[in-house]
Amino acid sequence: MKRRGFLAFMGMFPWAASAQSVRHGRVKLELPVLADNGNSVPMKVTVESPMTEADHVKLVRLISERNPERQMAVFHFGPRSGAAEVTSRVRLAGSQTVTAIAEMSDGSQWMDSAHVQVTLSACVDES
Amino acid sequence: MTARIRIPKEAKRGEVIRVRLLVQHPMETGYRLAPDGVKVPKNVIRSLVCRYNGVEVFRAEMSPGIAANPFLEFPIVAAESGELEFTWVDDDGLKGRATEPISVAG
Repeated sequence: MKRRGFLAFMGMFPWAASAQSVRHGRVKLELPVLADNGNSVPMKVTVESPMTEADHVKLVRLISERNPERQMAVFHFGPRSGAAEVTSRVRLAGSQTVTAIAEMSDGSQWMDSAHVQVTLSACVDES
Repeated sequence: MTARIRIPKEAKRGEVIRVRLLVQHPMETGYRLAPDGVKVPKNVIRSLVCRYNGVEVFRAEMSPGIAANPFLEFPIVAAESGELEFTWVDDDGLKGRATEPISVAG
């Protein structure tokens, strides 16, 4: 694929346009190794950042491998957050690897993944 | 749609405090069948915004990948006394709003 064609293709997924620059580190995604029930799995994302006006985390994306809706959530932060972390409970349609991608104010992207073994899947799939 | 909000009773100026929020919402995935065999239409809270004295400090865009009765815990900097306002809207267009006073010392 020509570079121009590739860029046009990536343009369809604006958030992935610079996917090749996503680096491992700075992000910590905490999920249980084993979840009995996929309907409610505790999840915590922490990102290392000074959270100042000049250098802060803009957003954190939570991506699922198997859920019908791949993008599970986007959490927006700012300098008034003081810290970049969020705790929630997620639904998982089966055992899978969940990925958290953080986007910084300087445009750099960082990620972390966690694999979860789900005993009873959430009914988010038609199967 | 009601929400339960927990923040520290009092915070020092500049302190990072944790806001805990639980919204009562079924977060219907669209795949669940009602007892009569008909699919329950998808209905999830898509967007939830937290404003601190009118300024947006946190926002969550959600999907069926978030468990029913969505729970969120996130930090904010206690800047001044005032009010935290939470607003959200679901696929049915139903809007919810909750407020919590915040008192900051020093």
